Amino acid sequence: MTIVRSPLLEMVDLSVQIPTRRGTVQAVNGVTFSVRAGEAVGVVGESGSGKSMLALSIMQLIPRPGRVVSGRISLSGRDLLQLTESAMRQVRGSEVGMIFQDPSTSLNPVLRIGRQVAETIEAHHPEADSWQRSLDMLRSVRIPDPEQRLRDYPHQYSGGMRQRAMIAIGMANRPKLLIADEPTTALDVTVQAQIMDLLRSMNADTGTAILLISHNIALVSRFCSRVLVMYAGRIVEEGPTFEIFNRPKHPYTRALLTALPRIDRKLPEGLTAIAGRPPDLAQLSAGCAFFDRCPDRMETCRTDQPPAFSVGPRRSARCWLAAKEDPS
Amino acid sequence: MALGRKAPGVRREQGGASQSEPLLQVRGLHVRFGNGVRAVDGIDFDVAPGETLAIVGESGCGKTTLGRAVTLLLRPTEGQVVFDGIDLTKLGQRKLRTARRDLQMIFQDPYASLDPRQRVGEIVGEPLRIAGMEAAARRKRVAKLLDMVGLGGDMAGRLPREFSGGQRQRIGIARALAADPRLVICDEPLSSLDVSIQAQIVNLLVKLQAELLLTYVFISHDFAVVRQIATRVAVMYLGRIVELAETERLFRAPGHPYTVSLLSAVPTLSCSKISDDQPQLLAGDPPSPARVPTGCRFHTRCWLRRQLGDPSICTSEDPALSGDGQQKTACHFSAELLAGNSEHRRLDVGTNG
Repeated sequence: MTIVRSPLLEMVDLSVQIPTRRGTVQAVNGVTFSVRAGEAVGVVGESGSGKSMLALSIMQLIPRPGRVVSGRISLSGRDLLQLTESAMRQVRGSEVGMIFQDPSTSLNPVLRIGRQVAETIEAHHPEADSWQRSLDMLRSVRIPDPEQRLRDYPHQYSGGMRQRAMIAIGMANRPKLLIADEPTTALDVTVQAQIMDLLRSMNADTGTAILLISHNIALVSRFCSRVLVMYAGRIVEEGPTFEIFNRPKHPYTRALLTALPRIDRKLPEGLTAIAGRPPDLAQLSAGCAFFDRCPDRMETCRTDQPPAFSVGPRRSARCWLAAKEDPS
Repeated sequence: MALGRKAPGVRREQGGASQSEPLLQVRGLHVRFGNGVRAVDGIDFDVAPGETLAIVGESGCGKTTLGRAVTLLLRPTEGQVVFDGIDLTKLGQRKLRTARRDLQMIFQDPYASLDPRQRVGEIVGEPLRIAGMEAAARRKRVAKLLDMVGLGGDMAGRLPREFSGGQRQRIGIARALAADPRLVICDEPLSSLDVSIQAQIVNLLVKLQAELLLTYVFISHDFAVVRQIATRVAVMYLGRIVELAETERLFRAPGHPYTVSLLSAVPTLSCSKISDDQPQLLAGDPPSPARVPTGCRFHTRCWLRRQLGDPSICTSEDPALSGDGQQKTACHFSAELLAGNSEHRRLDVGTNG
């Protein structure tokens, strides 16, 4: 008998708009997905896909003048969008942690690292021995010589160590969900491998679900069990990682995979580029956003935005070509 | 038109080097900075006409400094840069300016490398203006260049801010090609670009190389792109080349333990349901280039040294880069590594990958 767990995080029909001089930018456009407890889910996409805005919307950190215009974000059944800012502050750093691409801008340069980890603990657990917990956290993120390094300032840490410190801060209060937005993009590949290994153990040891946002498809394929592919503010394909990257159903996913240079083989025919550019998010048509660049486009794609069709268990593709596979 | 020079666009007569000689020869190159940083610490290599030599390495390895030293954007502390038979390090500013027309550079950041207040036509035409080409001829050539890089010739009147990152990179390429160079140093030209745009730029660079008989030195940290376009690869660590090999040889049978570590750290697209864990072969951070370890500079992080029981030669003797035309390594135990290579991750999925 299978037990269906209710999801830890559930996003339903979320839309985020940013008013600009050129018009209203639809940064996130009707996004629906869920993350189960302990799951590692990846969000892949290129610039303008909306993946970072998605992450910020969960944390209610969308920079003004952007704002959520519709939808629901439930964490353990509670709609985050309905919370007051002070209630949301309770959620941030304790139930949901977040780590960003550039730790140099997230760490306070004039506070010792130990203090910054302790601060996040004290904000939610004023009774705790925060200094000891801080030390434990630095140890758990494998910072060598933690008793000494606690007293260092961020500039005394290398890039990889700063990211570890960010993970320590993000995980200090044992959140149920850790959002990692391009956590290794600014790091060397060997350091990236160390950080991903650390995140993998944290996911396994603490049961914290991880939402990994990245443009690095190979990285996501190695780390996440499920993946969402985003394009122009929408999820165009979603499902188990192996399925998505080995049998993609959306033309964008397919195009992305053939444009990807591979380290494990040389493609004698070269890379197949995707012609053209992503659409202007302030001037989206009523049809499919990928229409101009899609090798498989049909007339109906020009005028009608396809819904997300179900093409398997927990698998969907937002493409008219997938319509015939949908049982409903 | 400046004296003694043919118009750009016309293949110039070659300098001292004959067709079979290397186009670029770097010998004993050192770049030391005032704070004790040995960014480039003794580098020798050749670049043959028509090839693409990739230079890879992580932050602090010196690859960007090397690129700038070779184009003489910064003066090497020591060593020779012989381009087309002429040692650039011995030239004064004027002669260097002339020599540099054949040796151009494409930069990493398409947002920082274009003057935001100049129109595209001026940016691309600047090398031609400096060479003394007249305005009418310049306009014609600029239109042709913009066309060659896939931008319309009518874009010349626009400002850089009207273009996307990928388009700006194309403008940078057009500028580099304006004076009809023979060698182009590409310093991380794809790093700021999305995957789908990267593929466009890679294809453009390959096409231009064939059409214009270009030679490339391609500086990058992206191994996947390197495998796709390089003929040979030089791996740098702390200011030195630790491995220099033909591309497929490097990926299938790396001869230096650092190369093995680097390659094993790069995630490959997972083709199986079972995620295989890569062995964690490299610990810690690289030492500072101001405090290069004695003996072999990689010994402090070398898994092979540990595996072989810490042989003393690794801490006492600095290995020279040695080998043959197909593969050179700077490691005392390269032979042992190559013999035991089947135990480590090899990157030859073969024809059905």
